[in-house]
Amino acid sequence: MQHKPPQSPETGHAVIADVAKIKEQTILQRILASQAFWVSVALALLVTYMSILQPSFGTVDNVANVTRNLAPFGIMALGMTVVIITGGIDLSVGSIMGLVAIVAGLFLTWEYPWYVAFLMGLLTGIACGAVNGFFVAYVGMPSFVVTLGMLSIARSLAVVLSGNQMLYKFGPDAPMVKAIGQAKWPVQTPGDWIPDWIPQFSSHFWVMVAMALALGYALNFKPWGRHLLAIGGNENAARLTGVPVDWIKFLAYVFSAFTAAVASLLLLGYNGSAINAMGQGYELRVIAATVIGGANLMGGAGTAFGAVIGAAFLEVIRNALLMAGIDSNWQGAFVGAFIILAVLLGMQSGGKSLIAATVERLFPKKHR
Amino acid sequence: MALLEVRNVSKNFGAIRALMDVSFAIGPGEVVGLMGDNGAGKSTMVKLIAGNFPPSDGEVLVNGEVCHFHKPIEARAKGIEVVYQDLAIADNLTAAQNVFLGREITKGVWPFRVLDKQAMIDRSAELFAELKSETRPRDLVRKMSGGQRQAVAIALISHRMPDVFAVCDRIIVLRRGTKVADKVTAMTSPEEITGLITGAILAA
Ligand SMILES: Nc1ncnc2c1ncn2[C@@H]1O[C@H](COP(=O)(O)OP(=O)(O)O)[C@@H](O)[C@H]1O
Ligand SMILES: [Mg+2]
Repeated sequence: MQHKPPQSPETGHAVIADVAKIKEQTILQRILASQAFWVSVALALLVTYMSILQPSFGTVDNVANVTRNLAPFGIMALGMTVVIITGGIDLSVGSIMGLVAIVAGLFLTWEYPWYVAFLMGLLTGIACGAVNGFFVAYVGMPSFVVTLGMLSIARSLAVVLSGNQMLYKFGPDAPMVKAIGQAKWPVQTPGDWIPDWIPQFSSHFWVMVAMALALGYALNFKPWGRHLLAIGGNENAARLTGVPVDWIKFLAYVFSAFTAAVASLLLLGYNGSAINAMGQGYELRVIAATVIGGANLMGGAGTAFGAVIGAAFLEVIRNALLMAGIDSNWQGAFVGAFIILAVLLGMQSGGKSLIAATVERLFPKKHR
Repeated sequence: MALLEVRNVSKNFGAIRALMDVSFAIGPGEVVGLMGDNGAGKSTMVKLIAGNFPPSDGEVLVNGEVCHFHKPIEARAKGIEVVYQDLAIADNLTAAQNVFLGREITKGVWPFRVLDKQAMIDRSAELFAELKSETRPRDLVRKMSGGQRQAVAIALISHRMPDVFAVCDRIIVLRRGTKVADKVTAMTSPEEITGLITGAILAA
């Protein structure tokens, strides 16, 4: 018997009419529709403007500084992006940084080799992430609650373990730890072949770049990336089609904590000391960077590029405010305002942008 | 040996007895239709086989091996795939991405095994063409109107659910949680099956 798909005349009509309306998106249209692209444009304008206005802004030293400052946020924004794509949130990253720094700092103080200390730091971070992931993915608790709890637990552990002291007597491997945290590439020496306009980028920056490339690759070319997006888009659909939803969600929190641990160790190396307050309040900036870069707090959207761009945008704004002589206490207000703005711009309401929808609600069309 | 065997399976949801002592076996290469009225227990049976929940009583055997599935992924590992009628779609993905969700085509060697996007797009385009649907594999489901979205779902389902009598070797009929018939398709008629489903014909 011949195979005939059941098709009612009504559906047949609807299909043809609908198809006539929407055209397949070109790559250009896709780029123009992405928030990360427009933030990049804004960032480029801001950088140009600042470079003209403030000669000290565009110097190679300041570029090296800004890119180093933004890197820990960019690194953690990569982890946050993965969590936010699943529709969750990780409020514990700042506290995990503090705990990781203290654990690694303690092992250094006890004169263990640097790699043992770093490994213990990373494992501590991963353990925190595993606890988060377990309660969110397998127990089914809201990520907000679980990671808020971890925010408190990890910070408290950091304070207790450190005896509320700064750790800085790092034993024989102290120079190595510093070398990692303060490494630069390319290194400019007078009279070398490297053009002088190339900044000496920090190890923090390069780690961020490498991790962003790795995440971008995985998100775009691995089934894992598809599954992550599907979970954020429609968790039930993902589960029914056989996506290992719980495992992927669990891994998202582990990855987020891992990025916090990496950022923490880089900062530990840079400072040559560990304090239990490291990363305090960073979660807000990381979340801000992530949503500015176009990740959707409702889940289902986010890119590695966006995470880095969002972090860069926030840091450049911060740097610009400092240079403009604005009291640094204003930073929080700006970060907060940008979170609201970014979410506002990215929000969709019934297929329209939220702004268009709001305008329509305030000024309803009389005739439809 | 039966490929899949359901042995004396019952399923209760609290006081609701969705399945009562149902048994059947499916051999290799056999296509079997499970039919029944609304609420007869079809979905419950399928979800049970697929590992969404364990039976209250009885057991499911795959290749003669008793399986206690607790999650769909465990059933999948045993080769059980389910396409749901109320097919949920992730609207942040494209049509093709939805078609292949959870069973993506990949290429290359580990650890550089990557998605074979083109293969998935081509295959989806073929599927849609077969169904005479104008759906394009690269279109985001979110950008589709209600009608078109429905068209995608219909296209996907109708592709997997052709005429029961043309495809099935056997038809099992459920009614109010019990098996009332298990018939070879060639030995029955749509009228008889309809009668069994509605209860006009009592258990045969
Ligand atoms: N999760 C559940 N909780 C309570 N009752 C359920 C549940 N799932 C199914 N049922 C009941 O079990 C019976 C069989 O349902 P179902 O398997 O969905 O039937 P069908 O798919 O054949 O229409 C119905 O009476 C339904 O209300
Ligand atoms: Mg059903």
